[in-house]
Amino acid sequence: MSDSKKRGGLFLVVVGIVAGIILWGGFNTAMEMTNTETFCISCHEMENTVYQELQETIHFTNRTGVRATCPDCHVPKEWIHKVVRKIQASNELYHKMLGTIDTPEKYEAKRLELAQNVWRSMKKTDSRECRNCHKFVSMDLDKQAPRSSEQHDPHYWDAVDGNEPKKTCIDCHKGIAHSLPEGFDPAAEY
Amino acid sequence: MKKIALLTIAAIAAMFLSTALLADVQSLRGDELNNAAKKPANLKLVNIKGGIERSYKLQPPMVPHEVDKYEVNLKTNGCMKCHSEATYEKEKAPKVGDSHYEDRDGKVLKTVSSRRYFCNQCHAPQMGADPLVQNNFQGAK
Repeated sequence: MSDSKKRGGLFLVVVGIVAGIILWGGFNTAMEMTNTETFCISCHEMENTVYQELQETIHFTNRTGVRATCPDCHVPKEWIHKVVRKIQASNELYHKMLGTIDTPEKYEAKRLELAQNVWRSMKKTDSRECRNCHKFVSMDLDKQAPRSSEQHDPHYWDAVDGNEPKKTCIDCHKGIAHSLPEGFDPAAEY
Repeated sequence: MKKIALLTIAAIAAMFLSTALLADVQSLRGDELNNAAKKPANLKLVNIKGGIERSYKLQPPMVPHEVDKYEVNLKTNGCMKCHSEATYEKEKAPKVGDSHYEDRDGKVLKTVSSRRYFCNQCHAPQMGADPLVQNNFQGAK
């Protein structure tokens, strides 16, 4: 190989690396931008409904000042799952354009169905997004309210012993960040 | 004339006396009456295992646990997650009283009657605030 050819190859590699960094970084930055609360609200129909309800809950304002916003619970952290969710979101944009749930009344009429969609997917993923922050093995049951520790206890020990947990977060913790839908039956399986 | 002068002096004396007295009067919370009250203590709702005894017959039982995360509104009733006829056994919670399932004509309904729907109208959670005055009241046993 001649010297100039070698140099050309080297140049190509360097250009490739730099372009790769810029493109990949740009893609991730754009993706991160879509993962902000203000961005979510700008297209997904919820500013006057569920977003208002979130603000009343402990996930929004609390002792320690840690706040969970939309993507923390509704967008997976892992890359593949995240991209899949982002693609699914395009359906929601389509309905935004159609105005399917653009008034509180229309929203309420659909709330049970929408909530059930979220519950179903959370159940399917074993409450993956909850567990980005909340893990059984990190819980101090003694610091929980008596009722909470009583309910968590068997699952805590399953997790510590590495057994398959019998329940997942969303089985009990429905409606903790948004109002429960009208017609919600606490005894029913969703 | 003499009478008016006497009255004026008496009135002025009374004014001085009352402000002097007022300065010594304290509220039950220890604030002086002519100053702004101190900020109340930052108390939290308390959890009391086993519940709270009734103080008198037919008293709506008080809530022995925190309720700040439960919503009760037209759409949803968070209390019924545990206390409803469908869930109380599984959750080991007291069931809503039978009287709450009757409408005003005495007809028994399947779910809680709308006139008894808003639990927190009668059932009060507790703050663990010490009584300001000693009280020897004994509840009905």
